[in-house]
Amino acid sequence: MMAPLFSSKLLLVLLFGTLFGLVLGVLPGLGPTTGGALILPFTMTLDPLSAIILLTSIYCAGTYGGAITAVLINTPGTPAAAATCLDGYPLAQKGEAGRALGMATVSSTVGGIFSVIVLVFFAPILANLAYEFGQPEYFALAIFGLTMLASIGDGSPIKNLIAGAFGILISTVGKDFMTSIDRFTYGINELSVGIGFIPVVVGLFAISEMLTQSTLLDQVFKRVALKAVKLPTKDDYKKTWKTILRSSGIGSFIGVLPAEGGTVASLIGYSEAKRFSKNPEEFGKGSVEGIAGAEAANNAATGGAMVPTLALGIPGSATTAVILTGLIIHGVRPGPDLFKEQPEFLYGIFGAMLVANILFFIFGFFGAKIFARITLVPNKILWPMIFAVSVCGTYSLSQSIIDVWIMLFFGVLGFFMRRYGFSVVPVIIGLILGELVEGTLRQSIVIFDGNWLMFLTRPIALTFFILSLIALAFPLIRSKKINKII
Amino acid sequence: MNNVRDKKRANKSLPFFFRTEFKVFFTIILVSTILLISTFSFDTVPPILNRGIQPATFPKGLLVLIIVLTSIIYYLSFKRPWKKEKNLPKPFFLTIISFVLFIIISKTLDFFLAISVLSVFVSYYWGERRIFYLLLVSIIFPLVVFIFFEMILGLRFPPGIITNLYYY
Repeated sequence: MMAPLFSSKLLLVLLFGTLFGLVLGVLPGLGPTTGGALILPFTMTLDPLSAIILLTSIYCAGTYGGAITAVLINTPGTPAAAATCLDGYPLAQKGEAGRALGMATVSSTVGGIFSVIVLVFFAPILANLAYEFGQPEYFALAIFGLTMLASIGDGSPIKNLIAGAFGILISTVGKDFMTSIDRFTYGINELSVGIGFIPVVVGLFAISEMLTQSTLLDQVFKRVALKAVKLPTKDDYKKTWKTILRSSGIGSFIGVLPAEGGTVASLIGYSEAKRFSKNPEEFGKGSVEGIAGAEAANNAATGGAMVPTLALGIPGSATTAVILTGLIIHGVRPGPDLFKEQPEFLYGIFGAMLVANILFFIFGFFGAKIFARITLVPNKILWPMIFAVSVCGTYSLSQSIIDVWIMLFFGVLGFFMRRYGFSVVPVIIGLILGELVEGTLRQSIVIFDGNWLMFLTRPIALTFFILSLIALAFPLIRSKKINKII
Repeated sequence: MNNVRDKKRANKSLPFFFRTEFKVFFTIILVSTILLISTFSFDTVPPILNRGIQPATFPKGLLVLIIVLTSIIYYLSFKRPWKKEKNLPKPFFLTIISFVLFIIISKTLDFFLAISVLSVFVSYYWGERRIFYLLLVSIIFPLVVFIFFEMILGLRFPPGIITNLYYY
C-alpha cells in the first residue's frame, strides 16, 4: 500500500499538503474545502496521483487543524470542529489548553487511521457491487446521493434540494452532450463549453467566504495561552478509549453516507459520547470525553467520505466533492473500473491518507503553538491575498477572463445563498453529479424505449428510489417544528 | 403572551413584499421562470433522430422542480413569525464595489492593476491603515503571484498597460 509513496516527490507533496492543510484548518473561514478549491487549479501542474495526494492530505490535516482554533479561541477553524469548542475551550480556560489539544490530536489521529482501514476494506467491496450497476442503477444512485445530502446535510432539506437541483441545472449549460444543441448559452461562445467546475467551486467557497468575512469585521477573538501540547494521561485514556473507538465507528459510517461528512459526524459523535458517559454533567464544562467524541468522529469521516467518492464517484462530503473535481479534471473516473485498472493509484491515496494522519499528529503535537499564531493574521491582509490567488488560479485553468467573472458571480450568489439559509455544498455536488444524472436518465429512457415505469423493474434501482424516499421523508417525520423543514 | 403580541405586531408592521421569504421566493421564481421560458427557444432534434428525450426536457424538469420546491418553502413560511433582516454592513458593499472595479479595470486597463486596486481598496476599507501592509497586499503579493504563475507555471496573463511592460 505504501510502495507508491516511496518517492521523494510524493513525500514532499504529502508533507506540503499536511502543513498547508493545518494552516487552512486553523484559519476560521478557510478550512480544507475552501483551501482545496483554492489549490485545485495549481494541481494541474502535477501528475494525477500527486494532485490527489495533495488534496487528500489537505483534507485530513485541515479537518484536524480546526480543533486548534476551537480549543484556543472558541471559534471552530472548520465547521467540523464546532462540537470541539463545547468542551475544548472551557478546558483551555481552566489552564489546560495543552491537555485539550493533546486529547484532540490523539483522538483525531486514531479516528483518521481507523477510517483509512474502513476505506481500504469497504471501498473495493462497494466498487465490486457497482459492477452490477447499469445506467438506471447509476441514475437511482445519484438521486439517492442528492436526497441524502438534502436530509442529512446542513440546513433545511427543501432548500438543500433546491440548491442541488440548481447545481444540476448549471451542469446543463453549454452544448448538450448527446445532440450538441446549445443550452442556456445565449449566443456567448465561451458558454458553449459549459461552466467549469473551478470557477464555481472557488466562487462558492472562497469568494462567498470573503464576502461573509466582510460582514464580521467587528468580531474579536480572545486567544487562550498555550504552553505545550500534552499527551493524554493514563486516566484520560481509561476514560476515553471507548468513546474514541465508538466515535471512530460513527464517523466512518456517517462519512460513507453522501452528506456533509465531518460536521454531522462530530455532532453525533459528541452527543453519543455524552449519552454513554458516566459523567454527562461534565460535558460543556471541559470534558475530555467530549473533545475525544467530537474529534475522533470528524476525522473518521474523512476516510469514510472517500469510500463512495472513489468507489462510486458520489462525493461523501463537501471536501470530497472538491477531491472528486480534482479526479475529474485529471481525467480519472472514479468507480469500479478504477479499482480494476489502477489499483496502485488507489493504494497510493490510501497510503497517503494513512501517512497524513501520522504527520498531522507529529505537526500538531510539536507545532500547535506555531499554528495557533496563524490565527493572528488579520482578515484585512489575509483575504485580499486569497482573492489574488483565487483570481489567478481560476484564470490559469483555461486562460479565460470569463471564468474569473463567473467566479465572482458565484461568489456573490454563494454569499446570498448562505445568508438566506441555502447551503452551497449541494450546488457543487449537483454540478458534479449533473452529467451523471442527466446522462444516465436519458440513456435509461433509450434502453426502456421511453417507458419510465421500467425503472421499477430493476431491483437495485428500485431499492435506491425507496431509500431516496425514506431519506426525504425522514427529516419531515423527525422534525415536529415546521421551521426545521424550511 | 408577550411573544404572541410581538408576532402579531411584527406581522402587521411589514407588508408581505418586504419579508425576506417573499424576496427570496420572488427572486428564485422570477429567474427560474425566465430560464424556463428560454428553454422553449432551444433547438429540437428531428423526430427521426430523437432517441429518448429532447435536450430541453431535462432542464425544464429541473426548473419546474425548483419552482415547486420554492413555492412549498414560501407556503410553509407563512406559519413562521416574521423576522426583520439584519442590515448588511458598509464593508460588504465596499467589497462588492471593489469587485465591480476589478471587472472594469481588468477589462479596460490591466489584469494585475485590477488585482492591486481591489487589494488595496478592500484592505483599506476593512480597516488597514499601515502603509507597509497596504503595499504588501497591493504590490508585493500580486508581484509574487505574477512571478509564480508566469515563471513557474508558465501562464500567460492577458495584455494590459502593466503586464505589457513585462511581455514587450
